[in-house]
Amino acid sequence: MSFSSVRNPPPFLDSEDQEPEYDTRELDSDDGEDIFTGSGNKLFAATPPETDPTTDIFSEEGSFTVEKNHPPAKTNGVQSDEELDLFAEATVELTLTTPNSRGRKEIIGPTGPLSTTMSTQNSLHMHNSLNKPLEELEEEESGDTFELNIAVTNPEKMGDGMNAYMTYKVSTQTTLPAFHIKTFSVRRRFSDFLGLYEKLSVKHHLMGCIIPPPPQKSVVGMTKVKVGKEDPSSAEFVEKRRAALERYLQRVVAHPALLQDSDVQEFLEREELPRAVNTQALSGSGFLKMINKASDAVNKMTIKMNESDNWFESKLQEVENEEQLLRRLHASVDSLVNHRKEMCINTAMFAKSVAMLGSSEENSALSRALSQLAEVEDKLEQLHQEQAFSDFFILTELLADYVRLLGAVRGCFEQRMKAWQRWQEAQATLQKKREAEAKLLWANKPDKLQQAKEDLTEWEAKVGQCERDFERISSTLRKEVHRFEKEKCRDFKHHIVKYLESLLRSQHRVVKCWEAFLPEAKAIV
Amino acid sequence: MQNSLPELVKCDVFSLFNQMRSVSVDLNNDSSLLIDIPDALCERDKVKFTVHTKTTLNSFQKPEFSVPRQHEDFIWLHDTLVETEEYAGLIIPPAPPKPDFEGPREKMHKLGEGESTMTKEEYAKMKQELEAEYLAVFKKTVQVHEIFLQRLSSHPVFSKDRNFQIFLEYDQDLSVRRKNAKEFFGGFFKNMVKSADEVLISGIKDVDEFFEQEKTFLLDYFSKIKDATAKAEKMTRSHKNVADDYIHISATYSYLLICLHSLCVINAYRHLEKFSELLEKLRKVEGRVASDQELKLTELLRYYMRDIQAAKDLLYRRARALADYENSNKALDKARLKSKDIPQAEENQRQCLQKFDKLSESGKQELTSFKGRRVVAFRKNLIEMAELEIKHAKVRIKSAVCSEHNLFTHN
Repeated sequence: MSFSSVRNPPPFLDSEDQEPEYDTRELDSDDGEDIFTGSGNKLFAATPPETDPTTDIFSEEGSFTVEKNHPPAKTNGVQSDEELDLFAEATVELTLTTPNSRGRKEIIGPTGPLSTTMSTQNSLHMHNSLNKPLEELEEEESGDTFELNIAVTNPEKMGDGMNAYMTYKVSTQTTLPAFHIKTFSVRRRFSDFLGLYEKLSVKHHLMGCIIPPPPQKSVVGMTKVKVGKEDPSSAEFVEKRRAALERYLQRVVAHPALLQDSDVQEFLEREELPRAVNTQALSGSGFLKMINKASDAVNKMTIKMNESDNWFESKLQEVENEEQLLRRLHASVDSLVNHRKEMCINTAMFAKSVAMLGSSEENSALSRALSQLAEVEDKLEQLHQEQAFSDFFILTELLADYVRLLGAVRGCFEQRMKAWQRWQEAQATLQKKREAEAKLLWANKPDKLQQAKEDLTEWEAKVGQCERDFERISSTLRKEVHRFEKEKCRDFKHHIVKYLESLLRSQHRVVKCWEAFLPEAKAIV
Repeated sequence: MQNSLPELVKCDVFSLFNQMRSVSVDLNNDSSLLIDIPDALCERDKVKFTVHTKTTLNSFQKPEFSVPRQHEDFIWLHDTLVETEEYAGLIIPPAPPKPDFEGPREKMHKLGEGESTMTKEEYAKMKQELEAEYLAVFKKTVQVHEIFLQRLSSHPVFSKDRNFQIFLEYDQDLSVRRKNAKEFFGGFFKNMVKSADEVLISGIKDVDEFFEQEKTFLLDYFSKIKDATAKAEKMTRSHKNVADDYIHISATYSYLLICLHSLCVINAYRHLEKFSELLEKLRKVEGRVASDQELKLTELLRYYMRDIQAAKDLLYRRARALADYENSNKALDKARLKSKDIPQAEENQRQCLQKFDKLSESGKQELTSFKGRRVVAFRKNLIEMAELEIKHAKVRIKSAVCSEHNLFTHN
């Protein structure tokens, strides 16, 4: 996945880097690159090609690149070369150990030329956005952006039997000064990812941030892997999970607030993480979560919010509709993948059958043609298989991710509702306290009055706090939703392009297959 | 829903046939007797074919005429030909299979049940696709019946058959004649097949090299082609499923677009629109590929499977004649031993031998021409199928490129 995002720079940048941005800081775009295209600043024309080499390296591992927005001054260029070299070794290492890297390159990693076109397109796209009304929320524009590439690779099974688990290598390459070294990797297991999510939820949910949800647990899938069956379905499961974890991390670091979170940094850097036990399904905290979810559901039905801003109500409705539709779409694409797989099997059987027929055919030219037909059908089966694979990874997983993400968005809306509820409750309590004070005043009990007055101030402060919380969560939510939608747009578009590319590739090969067969058929006498 | 379909297929489907001359190999060349089925009606379960004949032969009352016929009439004609002793040495063209609308009908039923779960557009598209499928089945069955008649008309012996003429000319319902014929021939036919099977399979090596070769080849080939037909059918069916899925996806996608229409970031969703258009194009292509594959490949295999069965039947009949001849020999020997009824036995033996020889001779001829016919048909269909596949793949490429282009220029 290749999409741009921008990081807030730490304060110690050189001032000259920041200058071009000041003029355009008000404009709404989260892709800094376009600002420069808009201003026609020649310095930045070289940016797209520069991302090429780095993308190539990462295509093997399927990472994403953040478009470099800083001017390609000599120092930076040199720096990137260094990064290139450092990671080149790492890349080699990866290729040797992961036999699937070839295949994955086609499916997951962005190809060089693709990302170039992507980056050019992003800039063109955003050029339009500059003309949009300024009422659209703005995001802080950074001067410099930094690179952070993440790859999840090398699934390895540790342990034995039912206690076995898979670990994944999480490699990071970054220029962010927050990290101590430029390139590093750690091994993590699935529960670590879940643990990260839990921690982030607790911290950021109250602020209205949309936190990307991790891939789902799968007892069936994991058990198969644990038991040690070396069949293709468990390999597929592991691959699916690996890709999902990679996307998850990439989404997390794409979020400017989350990237700066110490938990995230710790996750990426620290050698050994304490085992996140509260993510287990059958633990005490697991049950607690279930109960909380149930009570939330009940609450949702009983809360009737006085919406001052219609935007939230309509947006929530939209999100819910979209989630429904994406779910349906996901089911359809899933069915397509299954049917295509079925077609593969049937084509393979047919190919064998035709080969047999060809062998028993007495006319030699026809016999040759029939065996050729069998070969063509065999090749087609492979192509269908690949197409199914690509359908799956490109479309189905994307849709599944977004169904979950939309769920997370809905969750944020719910958080906002809860904040509102808390505010209302605080106000109600304040009212009661006021009434109590009034009563005391009337009854003229000076000692209790003092207590009541103190209570009152306390609750007034609380009400103020709740109101501020609510306002803050509302405004963050607005921004978050905008950011999310833009990313979603980009994501979908990117995947559509990838799908088109894979379709084109496979169809060209289909044409070649049949064109090779045609002369054989014509040669039948 | 059922009512709408007959209206649809009542129309003249003649123009569509010109694209459909798949398994036939230039029959209907002889202008002295031209037969075709220009029109057909589907009423509930019954299909009524209009058989149109144009002839210069004197044996017919009029130079041009049409009669309505049902599937059962074709079967009657086929059976009478099989029963006719004189034709024992000829390959009788296989009877056309019964029109089978079960598949699309079931799907239509399921569609009706699932109507509430789909959007209007999705439902309309599925219905359209199903109607096309129904039409395809219909076209196929008409073609198969037509080919049957055309093979008879282009054969020097069959074209002169009295029953064939009755079939073409008799302007009233054949069902009365049919009933009598069926009762008479039904049992006999079945017996013959059973015993002939046993004779052939008993593995007696044939003296004649040609027939021995043919026997081995046909038996082997038949089982292989039967298997290939079954697998081809499965493959085509799953291809159809894939095409149907595209309909669901395309419809849901466009519905999604309608819902997202309200977003202010309209420009950004332009690419989704283009993708939806692409999906729509793709699903049409998939549908076409599936049906073309069905016609050119599966239908070819199916037809020749039946034809080879007919060739096998010829061999059975010959084997039966041989058995008769050998029995007559034995009877003659017995008669000679007993010195009783020798002339009858001799006569019987002579007749059997004559019959057998005639069978062998015409059988050889028929089988040789059958070989040639089969090879030509395979060639034609394989070429056509390859060309169609290439065409469809190119359409897919073109659509995808067009979409990609749109994506990049529109944004």
